[in-house]
Amino acid sequence: MNHLDRLESQSIYIFREAYQAFTKLAMPWSMGKDSNVLIWLAKKAFCGKIPFPVLHVDTTYEFPEMLEFRSWAQKEYDLDLLVSINEEARARGVGYETHDPVTVTHELKTVALQQAMAKHGWQALITGIRRDEDSTRAKERYFSPRNAAFEWDYKDQPPEFWNQFTTAVGPGEHVRVQALLDWTELDIWLYIQREKIPIPQMYFARKDPTDGKLKRFRSLGCWPITHPVESSAATIEEIVEELKTTRVSERAGRAQDHHERNAMQKLRAKGFM
Amino acid sequence: MQEDKLKIVIVGHVDHGKSTLIGRLLFDTDSLPLGKAENIQKACEAEGMEFEYAFLLDALLEEQAQNITIDTTQIQFKSAKRPYVIIDAPGHREFLKNMITGAASADAAVLLIDANEGVQEQSRRHGYLLSMLGIRQVIVAANKMDLVGYSQETFDRIRSEYTEYLKPLGITPRHFVPISAKLGENIAVPTAKMPWYHGPCILQALDGFDMPVRDEKQPLRFLVQDIYRFDERRILAGRIESGSLSVGDELVFWPDRKRSTVKSIELWNSDPAPLSANAGQSTAITLTDQIFVERGQIASHDKECPAEAREFVANIFWLHDEPLRLDAAHELKLGTQSVEARVVKFHRILDSSTLQVATEPRLELRKNEAAEVLVRTRRPIAFDAAETLPVTGRFVLMQGKRIGGGGIVLDAAIGKNAQQEVKSGNITWTVGRVSREDRSALLGHKGAVIWMSGLSGAGKSTLAVATESALHSRGMASFILDGDNLRHGLCSDLGFSPKDRAENIRRAGEVAKLMAESGMIVLTSLISPYEQERERVRQSCAAAGVPFAMVYINAPLGACEDRDPRGLYKKARAGEIKGFTGIDSPYEPPAKPELELRTDQKEIIVCRDELLALIVELTRRTGQYRSEESDPGAAI
Repeated sequence: MNHLDRLESQSIYIFREAYQAFTKLAMPWSMGKDSNVLIWLAKKAFCGKIPFPVLHVDTTYEFPEMLEFRSWAQKEYDLDLLVSINEEARARGVGYETHDPVTVTHELKTVALQQAMAKHGWQALITGIRRDEDSTRAKERYFSPRNAAFEWDYKDQPPEFWNQFTTAVGPGEHVRVQALLDWTELDIWLYIQREKIPIPQMYFARKDPTDGKLKRFRSLGCWPITHPVESSAATIEEIVEELKTTRVSERAGRAQDHHERNAMQKLRAKGFM
Repeated sequence: MQEDKLKIVIVGHVDHGKSTLIGRLLFDTDSLPLGKAENIQKACEAEGMEFEYAFLLDALLEEQAQNITIDTTQIQFKSAKRPYVIIDAPGHREFLKNMITGAASADAAVLLIDANEGVQEQSRRHGYLLSMLGIRQVIVAANKMDLVGYSQETFDRIRSEYTEYLKPLGITPRHFVPISAKLGENIAVPTAKMPWYHGPCILQALDGFDMPVRDEKQPLRFLVQDIYRFDERRILAGRIESGSLSVGDELVFWPDRKRSTVKSIELWNSDPAPLSANAGQSTAITLTDQIFVERGQIASHDKECPAEAREFVANIFWLHDEPLRLDAAHELKLGTQSVEARVVKFHRILDSSTLQVATEPRLELRKNEAAEVLVRTRRPIAFDAAETLPVTGRFVLMQGKRIGGGGIVLDAAIGKNAQQEVKSGNITWTVGRVSREDRSALLGHKGAVIWMSGLSGAGKSTLAVATESALHSRGMASFILDGDNLRHGLCSDLGFSPKDRAENIRRAGEVAKLMAESGMIVLTSLISPYEQERERVRQSCAAAGVPFAMVYINAPLGACEDRDPRGLYKKARAGEIKGFTGIDSPYEPPAKPELELRTDQKEIIVCRDELLALIVELTRRTGQYRSEESDPGAAI
């Protein structure tokens, strides 16, 4: 087994433990690269059938290309797709036009997720977060409990070793099951390459019509706050090569992370992925 | 394709320089994101603080405030040879659970000792835990050599002291390296400051470690995680922890020892389907026969089977604030198996920082302690010795929702296991008679006869029902012997003459005693009017060693007659029933009841709780110690 085989095996193990432990669970899906690897691994874990719903938290600031991809993938993978929009916040006028990105991210992502959780009563969410994305995510567990207020008690996390996980949940609590925790951005791309996993075209370099430079998205979020980085990588092979040498961080193009010091930690303690 | 990453954990006493070493490794191997070091340097200047390499890691606010690592962090870096994942595990005693969480997944370890402070409590404890976790690739780094003037003498002293400590644990450090993480001496490049040292620097020593191998030649252990029936297929999903399996192989499922043959290996998006699967793979199979297989079972081949037993010897460590108490019930998880288990004997309790054996006998294992113990499970489980097959040789004990501690099965536990007998098909893993002690150990309490006597309508049945329900919800096995019900069956040949009444009591007493011997808490609900007959039951129980309590359910005749729940008093007064106790047949109140309950003066709940307290006391196993959580009677 090589290291991708090992990562795949551990992710599948986690998927199966989660499905076994929780009767009500769902998998948030953003259509991004990690999300599509999650779908792929779920198909493998359950021999072709994803036995729980897939949730897209639609901020209403989605790139149109991503929504096209969503329709395509829903059919391709036979997904039980649910879409959650925080209509109430949008009605109040919460949006990037008027509010800061941390507030908007919280309202349109975290609160929208909470609304879906309240509606469906999920005990567990399978997420695609990775340790290498952000220093707060580095401290995550595979099975990470959240209290009824969605808060992450990172000061007193349960022990987790030898593949024995925290699967007990109280009323209103849920567990984040982090199936990609050990993967790096490079691992994700190597796996996409090896398995030929379909992904949105926005990850590949295209000419920016405003300045004529070649750019690509390394991480995808809401269009007003997600920016492409300069890159000429137009194929997966070129992306892999680029990642082996780059020192620009993956989420550099995601404005909500950099809005203020510790923005990511604040977002995450309140329930953000 | 990228090379495999080696997972290393850096452990040691608090403030011995773990975060600094990691910061330095990242910096010296040029593994930081662009601008990260500069940003932190600027932030330090702005706040008037001296820059430290440890800040490179201190991502969370709390860490900066307290200046100690509170949780496991994973960081990647690369040497010229290969990529690494560093698990930064906290050194503070409070966070041992996090240290274990981090270290348990490591392939190798760096143990840091402050040369200025020497070997400290956590230096020893972490050494011990590394051995428990099965991590054998270890280097010891004596840090802060700059503070001791790069003294060879200091270094040699630490080396000999710590080598002595590690020896009985079976850990032989690959290298002892003198370093200064803060100044970068002997980290990524060999130092010039200590010409007396001729070994490798940290990075060279790390590069000398081996990648872990999962041996496909080891015996097959396929751990069943789940059974899927999404379509016409019945799929067994699980991971092969060691060995390999192929289509056509005959498998034995433990415990249970059902057999079947691998019909197919199921893999989505794979055409043709694979014909074999190997160690480390999460796979899925179908079988030729529809045998009953469930989560938790371990499949092996016919030869080289796991052990199957209800008892084994293990080394355990405890992490929970609440101590692990002798005989308390805990959920034990081994692989995907889950079973109720108790530690029934502490062979020896170790102070993990001194390796001193506790001399006084103990009934509990406290936080951060370790022990060799005898574990007994409620039903048989399958396992291996950790030394041979680590994954099926280690387990955790839950304390409530959380992992309370972990353990490894010792070789001694396996003994002459049943594998050779598998073929014969009639294996007994329990030899000899099941003793009363065995039964009470299984149930967690002793059996007993609670004899409730009183007038008709005094409240015996009501109280018995309330008490049984309370006992049941506390996990205690109980049963009501009701006078009326007995008369429908066992005593249907008896009437209400004094002689028949005496015989009725005798039979009820014998049945109650037998049931109590089987482990039940028997609540009798019989008028049982005669002192002599009741005392005979008491003597019979005493002779058999069955705990007995006489409970007088006392309500005055007037009160009973007012209640008259079934209209019997009315009929007796009208002469329609003859020989009715209290009306035209005597009731002799118990002379010395263990408990008297005035149901006309106290609420039923109050009476029930008094009775419960008596029962819990009476059925408690002697010398036993239980936590509130697992003690069925503690909440009363």
